[in-house]
Amino acid sequence: MKPTRLPVTQRNFASDVLAITQRRSRHGETAIKGFLLACATVSVVTTVGIILSLLGPAVQFFREVSLWEYLTGKDWAPLLDPGTYGIRPLLVGTLVITAIAILVSVPLGLGAAIYLSEYASLRSRRILKPMLELLAGIPTVVYGFFALTFVTPNLLQRFWPFGTEPDIYNALSAGLVMGIMILPTMASLSEDALAAVPVALRAGSLALGANRFQTTMKVILPAALSGLVAASVLAISRAIGETMIVTIAAGGQPNLTLDARQGMQTMTSFIANTGMGDLAQGSNEYRTIFAVGMTLFVLTLLLNLFSSHMVRRFREVYE
Amino acid sequence: MTDINAANSAPIIDLRTSKQHPARLADRLLPTITRACVAIGLLVLATLVVQVFVEGWPRLSLDVITKFPARKAEMAGARSAFFGTIWVIGFTAALCIPIGVGAAVYMEELADNNRWWNRLIEVNVQNLAAVPSIVYGILGLSFLVRGLGLGQTVIAGALTLTLMVLPTVIIASREAIKAVPSSLRQASIGLGATQLQTIGRVVLPAATPGIATGVILALSRAIGEAAPLILIGGLTYIKFSPTGPSSAFTVLPIQIFNWISRPQEEFRTLAAAAIVVLLGILLVLNSLAIWIRNHARRNA
Repeated sequence: MKPTRLPVTQRNFASDVLAITQRRSRHGETAIKGFLLACATVSVVTTVGIILSLLGPAVQFFREVSLWEYLTGKDWAPLLDPGTYGIRPLLVGTLVITAIAILVSVPLGLGAAIYLSEYASLRSRRILKPMLELLAGIPTVVYGFFALTFVTPNLLQRFWPFGTEPDIYNALSAGLVMGIMILPTMASLSEDALAAVPVALRAGSLALGANRFQTTMKVILPAALSGLVAASVLAISRAIGETMIVTIAAGGQPNLTLDARQGMQTMTSFIANTGMGDLAQGSNEYRTIFAVGMTLFVLTLLLNLFSSHMVRRFREVYE
Repeated sequence: MTDINAANSAPIIDLRTSKQHPARLADRLLPTITRACVAIGLLVLATLVVQVFVEGWPRLSLDVITKFPARKAEMAGARSAFFGTIWVIGFTAALCIPIGVGAAVYMEELADNNRWWNRLIEVNVQNLAAVPSIVYGILGLSFLVRGLGLGQTVIAGALTLTLMVLPTVIIASREAIKAVPSSLRQASIGLGATQLQTIGRVVLPAATPGIATGVILALSRAIGEAAPLILIGGLTYIKFSPTGPSSAFTVLPIQIFNWISRPQEEFRTLAAAAIVVLLGILLVLNSLAIWIRNHARRNA
């Protein structure tokens, strides 16, 4: 069937203009467009590169170590001979420190977002928000230094209320400081979600006699829920991927425990600690980096996909 | 935002009955509690900065950037790391600005979003932005250092950091390009300019302040990043400054990490002094970004 021509009034005039100008390329413009396309392709090549570079050695690793042993083993000692390769201590370490970081960053970040979006005057918001974002700009080695030389000795060990006090390398201070590091990300993403709730909903709730607490809790937060969940999931993914704070403040020993007063090793700090030495390429220690890196990459990728899915699936559309 | 604040300051509370309602106490407390959340964040920031200054004070002098690392803490400085940072970040900037802006221009101005590959690029950039930095280190180690045979050099470090910050640069540049009003483009095309002339002479100049701010923030992230560079071998004991892209190198965050890991108290002091230098560099860059943003707003 021949496509019917739309009547002139219904055609998109701007796209016609674009179509004409796109056809009339000047000399060399095709080359420039090719360059721009190539730039955009770099990102795809990066992803393919990451997957390929992880996959090769990881596959070789799993030829020697069964996936079952890797996922269920309770001992992580890859540098011994013969080594044991159970990733559970690293997973538990990652989990404990991430949980502490989330317990700090999600409530504080959400509170800060509520204050900035619902209560702060325009002037104090303009001052407070960039100041809070300075926290996000502090290098992670600096946070690690702060956790190791201030939080652990001057807060945790000095004011520990009961039982044995934390070791000098412990998961607690790493998690607490990491929570502060993620706070601005959480606050800023949550604030975007809250700001997207239309003024009409607030006005409607207030007009029905609800006070601002009720409006915030029963109208604004539910309306912004998908954005808030997405922000929290992204915060979890940041905490799992964070390296230097843990490497500096939580020590470098794999330790299968839930006791946050002890030192722990996470997936990231294992990679950093092992990668520091000059490893022989092709050795099994060298390959463990890639196996653990693959686990880390898959885990964060799933979280990110879940987060963007949440935003798309549950976004309330307001007209 | 103004409307909300105006609506919120209306005297609703006065209209309510005086009957005690459980939500009433919460209503009084919520602003205080949420304000405390902001205050805690800022308090930690202040404590951190003060603590670093206090710890580093005894060693805070030009020695930190004029002396090379040494076995004795009193003699040591971070000169090689300071210049290493400048070399690596210089190359990172030279690489990530053209590639990042080019990709953003393609995605905003040229790409037809009905094509699957263009949507793939878009989703891909968003996912890359959330990949942990240490994974980029693994990529650098196996592809750049070993695969391409670049070795543990300035250029391998710069390429690794470029790939890491590229998503941030692309996202920020896209926002800046998107903010350019389409009337400017239409006017340019109406005057007979081609699409690329419009991009080069109208869209990019108008988007420059936004792009510059985004690039500076991305580079400050790269300056403070240690994890990926540890993997590609930036942790060697280096007593000379880099002389070119193929020199061995170390950078400030890695030198700091190295000093923190040592047991002697003197090295911790030195680490704190080097942190002050690092924070100083970041402060200058951030102020520059804020200045550009405000300056552009005034001229707009």
